[in-house]
Amino acid sequence: MLSQRTTETCVGLFLLAAIGALLVLAFKVSGLTSFFKTEGYNVTASFDDIGQLKVRAAVKISGVTIGEVSAIYLDPTSYKAVVIMHINSNMKDIPDDSSAAILTAGLLGDNYIEISPMYSATFLKNGSEIQDTHAAMILEKLIGQFLFKIGNGSDNHSNSANTSSTTPAKSVEKK
Amino acid sequence: MLNQVVLLGRLGIELIRDYGKAGQLLFHVIFRLPNFRKGFPLVLQQIYAEGVLSLIIIIVSSLFIGMVVALQGYHTLAKFGASAELGPLVALSVVRELGPVVTGLLFAGRAGSAVTAEIGLMKATEQLSSMEMMAVNPVHRVISPRLWGGFISMPLLTIIFNMTAIYGAYLVGVKWLGLDAGVFWSNMQSSVDFHADLLNGIIKSVVFGFVVAWISVYQGYFAEPTSAGIASATTRTVVYSSLAILGLDFVLTAMMIGGW
Repeated sequence: MLSQRTTETCVGLFLLAAIGALLVLAFKVSGLTSFFKTEGYNVTASFDDIGQLKVRAAVKISGVTIGEVSAIYLDPTSYKAVVIMHINSNMKDIPDDSSAAILTAGLLGDNYIEISPMYSATFLKNGSEIQDTHAAMILEKLIGQFLFKIGNGSDNHSNSANTSSTTPAKSVEKK
Repeated sequence: MLNQVVLLGRLGIELIRDYGKAGQLLFHVIFRLPNFRKGFPLVLQQIYAEGVLSLIIIIVSSLFIGMVVALQGYHTLAKFGASAELGPLVALSVVRELGPVVTGLLFAGRAGSAVTAEIGLMKATEQLSSMEMMAVNPVHRVISPRLWGGFISMPLLTIIFNMTAIYGAYLVGVKWLGLDAGVFWSNMQSSVDFHADLLNGIIKSVVFGFVVAWISVYQGYFAEPTSAGIASATTRTVVYSSLAILGLDFVLTAMMIGGW
């Protein structure tokens, strides 16, 4: 039988090990950073279609992460998706005529917001809105448009075979 | 024919009586709290016996489980050219499922059976009765610290299991198979969520710890006071605990995935 003091020391070490492991899991494995809210400011932008964009998606300029999406909601009057972005405070000088686009990392990756800076002398500040936005590209819609064009192209072909149309669907058919 | 019906009825009544006895025991442990100053050192001793002494088996088995999951996952993912997703695969499967369940099974085998055997032997050698003779309540002195010790130890063991399993996977994936360490960790961070994955896994382990501690204490306290009775009580502890863990795991997972 160990003395009570040794037992208590072992249990204390056990508790410390468990707390240390929980910290490792929280910060290294799950990347929990929302306990410490980073200093910064919020910028909104409204998109026609946000695709698969989620809260905590990255906001980037030239591929470098400068913030994250903090909230997404639907504007009930214009039916546009409003995205609130939290930009880190060390990026203060983003021109206010910059454009925001929703892009996809790789072919099947997650969506993120890319801001392309323009040349205005005034900068974005807390609460300002990015006017120039580009909606997410939805793969299904692109395929739908492509099929639609092919369909139209074959109709033209049968109706007036000698017209020199320059649609891309034509070039597909020539192959 | 009638005899069979009588037998079935007797079985049913005995089952319900068993549940009643277990519930009564739990009620006495939880709501008739002993003196905190006197009870706390006893609980600490039980955390030592059930938690600290289980650390070795937990750490060794979790390392091997992490390494095996990484090895298997890498070879399957490499077929799809997605070996960069090894981190999320290992972290999610360990944190959500393997961590709580395997720790619970090991805990039932390592600590639960020991608790049952100890209490059963105390009962067989009439130590519990002599405690009552000395006006010491055996439920407070013996049962309560063991139940609380198991209840507290189990989540802590699960957290340690999760961490060592993920580092085992890191060893195989990054050090041996040559994945990039940055890709491994950053993909893991972007797909593991603190609340939905980590905390739900720990909630599972809390439930399993409670169930295992309850079953082992109950089986010990109501064991037949003979050598054969203690042996069968210990076996029942391990069997019932394992079944309860696996069954409850399904129920809890269904509740958590259902957006509970």
